[in-house]
Amino acid sequence: MLMILLDRVSKVYGKGMSPALDRISLHVEPREFVIVVGSSGAGKSTLLKLLTREEKPTSGKIIVGGIDYDKLKDKEIPYLRRRIGTVFQDFKLLPNKTVFENVAFALEIVGTGKQEIRYTVPRVLDIVGLKGKEKRMPMELSGGERQRVAIARAIARQPKILIADEPTGNLDPKHAWDVVKVLQKINEYGTTVLLTTHNQEIVNKLKRRVITINDGKIASDRAQGAYKG
Amino acid sequence: MKSFRRKLIVMERIFKAGAINFVRNAWLSAAAIAVMVITLTIVLFSVIARATFNNTIAQINDKIDVSVYLKDDVSTQQKDRLVKQASDLKTVKSVTYVSKQEALEKYKKDNQNNADLLVAISQTDNPLPASLKIKPNDPNQLQELKVFLEKPENKALQSDETSYSGDRKEAIDKISNATNFIQKGGLVGIIIFTVISMLIIFNTIRMAIFNRRDELNIMRLLGASTWFIRGPFIVETMLYGLIAAIISVLICNALFSVSSTTFEASSLGLLDIGFANEYFVNHYWIILTAQIAIGIVIGAASSYFATRRYLKFKSTK
Repeated sequence: MLMILLDRVSKVYGKGMSPALDRISLHVEPREFVIVVGSSGAGKSTLLKLLTREEKPTSGKIIVGGIDYDKLKDKEIPYLRRRIGTVFQDFKLLPNKTVFENVAFALEIVGTGKQEIRYTVPRVLDIVGLKGKEKRMPMELSGGERQRVAIARAIARQPKILIADEPTGNLDPKHAWDVVKVLQKINEYGTTVLLTTHNQEIVNKLKRRVITINDGKIASDRAQGAYKG
Repeated sequence: MKSFRRKLIVMERIFKAGAINFVRNAWLSAAAIAVMVITLTIVLFSVIARATFNNTIAQINDKIDVSVYLKDDVSTQQKDRLVKQASDLKTVKSVTYVSKQEALEKYKKDNQNNADLLVAISQTDNPLPASLKIKPNDPNQLQELKVFLEKPENKALQSDETSYSGDRKEAIDKISNATNFIQKGGLVGIIIFTVISMLIIFNTIRMAIFNRRDELNIMRLLGASTWFIRGPFIVETMLYGLIAAIISVLICNALFSVSSTTFEASSLGLLDIGFANEYFVNHYWIILTAQIAIGIVIGAASSYFATRRYLKFKSTK
């Protein structure tokens, strides 16, 4: 079974505007690591927003992890999002909560018991390399560390898919690479990863499947791709 | 079973988050609570005033009767016929016959401190007429009785003009009017202040949503359910209602303890403070429960609408 299936998906934001995505078709297998590249405004963010159901497509079919979005009701969206881990360029951490509490938050909202939270949070923080920083506040961390907290939060519920929208966009090269290594590790554990980035160096170093989006269309899709900016 | 446990945990967290928000927004909450206290106090006063006036009316109604004075030469048969026919009228509650002797004794008793009057009355034959005390079901509906008493065969038996307790009726009318006025005024007040309360709470929640929009957005993106996000706001405003209800009952309590010592439970014009106090004390728990229920409903309804209006959960098309 495919993890992600897009069949001729289009998204038009306003009447008379050119489409942000134009009849895109895409297949992603389970456990794949896919990088989506393209200049800003190419349609990368729109693609991810369609996958997390922040936006609805104007036309076309989306199936993620066996869930057909056409049959998804508004009130079922939270349950969809619980099955997809999401990481954002601006981290989206809660500034008044500690590292531990930020990660625990993702578990609290779905009704995970306290014991399970106390068991899970230190383990995911260990995976992202933040063991021992549980009590820090987000402000006390570097950008790279903050993004790793966000990744820990995204994987705490063990999603089948992790979507990372420009997670390295605000980071210097060293921290950016740390974050990518964490994503690689998570992929090795069996999670499908969808990463969007601008960063040529990362793309070329990773040697994974690269999908290039240009003007809302897929310009290329290469198994071990490179990106020339 | 597991999903039920999860639901319980989520419920607990919603309540906890609501309580925490309440404490955090203490100053913002204060205004909402204050106006809710006013609303609930008006509700409470209206209810007590209504009960008090109704009681006063009932008391006066009970004292009202129509006195029919009989000529001295009316025979027992004639008297009995009159009593029976009067009793059979639909608007009549009861008919009591007061003989000349009973009337005299009552007169003596009523005037036992007035020696001159007692002497005067003992020096003549009993001048007081026998009478029928007719109690109507409703003092405002004396028409049937009047027609009956005005019939020539009945009129012939009567000595003096029948007393319809005119002055008492006037008092009743006054109280009825006051009750109506207070009820209508109370209702208008309740409506106005309920609307104000709801608007203020609505606005308080709107500001709270605005202040925490980043956090709420993160919750939404992480897959928090609608109720996990909305619930705490509604719990918070239910707490406003709970606290406002308790304060309003305490205010009423304090006012009664002050007024009943100051006026020694006397009547203040038409308002029988003694009865009002008694009513309040006797219905204390039901009043408190009702106030809390009203407060919680007002609070919950306002934040229900505010969260529905300002928290967007649908994905954009």
